[in-house]
Amino acid sequence: MRMLPVLTRLAWRYLWRNHRRTIIMLSAISIGVWAMIFMTALTRGMVDQMIKDGISVLPGHVQVHSPEFLDDPSVSNRIAIGDVELGRAFDSAGFKAWASRVKVPAVITSERESRGVTLLGIDPAAEREFSFVSYDDVEGRFLESVDDNGVVIGKKLANTLDTEVGKRIVLMSQDPDNEIADRGFRVVGLFTANMPAFEDSFVFISKKAAQKMLRIGDSTTEIVFLGDDYRNIEPTYELVKQRIDGSLDISRWYEVNTYLGTMLKVMDGFVLIWVIVIFLALSFGLVNTLVMAVFERIREIGLMLALGMKPASILGQIIIESMLLLAVGLAIGDVLAWATIQPLQGGIDISVVAEGMEMMGASSVLYPKLYWSDMILANVVVLILGFFASLSPAWRASRYEPVEAITKVG
Amino acid sequence: MTAVRCVDLCKTYRQGDQDIKALDHVSIEIEQGGFVCLSAPSGGGKTTLLNAIGGLDIPDSGEVWIAGQRIDEMSKGALADLRLSSIGFVFQAYNLIPVLTAQENVEFVMQVQGIPAAERRDKSLAILDEVGLKGLEGRRPAEMSGGQQQRVAVARAIVSRPALVLADEPTANLDSKTSDELMKLFTELNEHHNTTFVIATHDQRVMRYAKRLVRMLDGRIVDDIEQDAA
Repeated sequence: MRMLPVLTRLAWRYLWRNHRRTIIMLSAISIGVWAMIFMTALTRGMVDQMIKDGISVLPGHVQVHSPEFLDDPSVSNRIAIGDVELGRAFDSAGFKAWASRVKVPAVITSERESRGVTLLGIDPAAEREFSFVSYDDVEGRFLESVDDNGVVIGKKLANTLDTEVGKRIVLMSQDPDNEIADRGFRVVGLFTANMPAFEDSFVFISKKAAQKMLRIGDSTTEIVFLGDDYRNIEPTYELVKQRIDGSLDISRWYEVNTYLGTMLKVMDGFVLIWVIVIFLALSFGLVNTLVMAVFERIREIGLMLALGMKPASILGQIIIESMLLLAVGLAIGDVLAWATIQPLQGGIDISVVAEGMEMMGASSVLYPKLYWSDMILANVVVLILGFFASLSPAWRASRYEPVEAITKVG
Repeated sequence: MTAVRCVDLCKTYRQGDQDIKALDHVSIEIEQGGFVCLSAPSGGGKTTLLNAIGGLDIPDSGEVWIAGQRIDEMSKGALADLRLSSIGFVFQAYNLIPVLTAQENVEFVMQVQGIPAAERRDKSLAILDEVGLKGLEGRRPAEMSGGQQQRVAVARAIVSRPALVLADEPTANLDSKTSDELMKLFTELNEHHNTTFVIATHDQRVMRYAKRLVRMLDGRIVDDIEQDAA
């Protein structure tokens, strides 16, 4: 540690001895780091949006079902707990939001067409926090109460069914005895969604209307809970676990939609691989720079050894030089990445390729997401790998014999 | 007290197909406070002997003793410590670290020794004044003449008052006036601080200052005479 100030001073001065080479290397490192962080932010933003969209369709971070419901989502597998009892268990428990709903597969029929859909019987007040539908942007109106008799469908579905606000449609599903349960509803609203596919596949009626149509009393099929962040749902999960009947099945969102959960894990791995790949490209330049820097001062290294500096200090000096180079490059790259991502926080319109994005489950606006953890990961990986990349030239420099190094020509 | 003792040193270099005997059974003893000039034509072995004494080069056979310690069997780390604490070096060329200023170059050895900053500063400024470089403390080697650079190197070699100073052609790049000044400085240090000087040179003016003149030829000591210094 005693040698650190003198080694750092030497390393810093030697770094700027050849300005041009250092600036070129710094540019390469900065652009590489910028690319690491910027591309990660774009991909994170895309995956983040895909997951949020995916969760918004579920919707809910933690869900409670009858044990067989996820395999057979019919009213036979319902939760026979009434709203009053649920309210007692959850209202004062400190959840960000919770709701109970009826969710079953159904068929919607207009006078012209039929389509298979997911029927959601909801309490609109309780679902506001969960829904992917913005109540205020609905053409016509959204459901107004838990016993509203209207139906709200997506605009795309309305086009398919050739129907509109004010017209009647019929919803059909199965009751607990596997008999046909159907009922006519008047279309009171048409919603739009980020993902056009959602407009085609979801139909909203009130919870009471659904319970009545399906003849299930005050039972529901799903109780859902919202946490603060979809990445950190364990506290919500634990809270639900403490307050729910053990015979029911409690699932995290990524257990309900394993594709989304896997995507999140893959994304973390992808970021690391992306950072390492870019660094490997950078490392050739870094090692070359260090080898050149050592080569052009062999005599000076010999002089330092002759004056009594130990080989370990020479090793340390070259490694510090490499770390300083990387640290400056990282700082510039970080600032550059932050400065280019900030103006894009409002979203990048990629509607030109929206259909292709939709096939991947992503929306047509990309919101870059800069996570500090990704930035830290990029910085730490570059510094650690940079350290190892510097070892070879540093080791070679420390192995010189003073006499041979001092008398080295050229 | 014996400052340097070399016993039967041999060192052979391979140059192409030829073996060159740089040291051929050399033995020499130098007392503390000695002022010795090693003189030889190029390739005569004086630099090799100087390097062996300084622990920079290990002889093929024989023994090297510095202040009672046998150094030819020491580890690299121990040799580095010995050079740092007891030996000052002045080389013919490439003497300074180009990215450091004159003052920083002088402070370098003290910094490696772990001497506190204030003490380093005081000593380096005083020694630079002593070698006639007052006002040039902040200059880098590239901004100084060859003579000024050599004086910085001398200042660095003697600033921590080593017991032994080894100088290889210290006046090679200096004019006669600067050479004389440098040699007078060496003489003064030798007399006042009892510092032992071993100087490899073929400069007749330098030899005049030596108390003892050792002539070498083809790796052997051919003449070893005491003389009255100038």
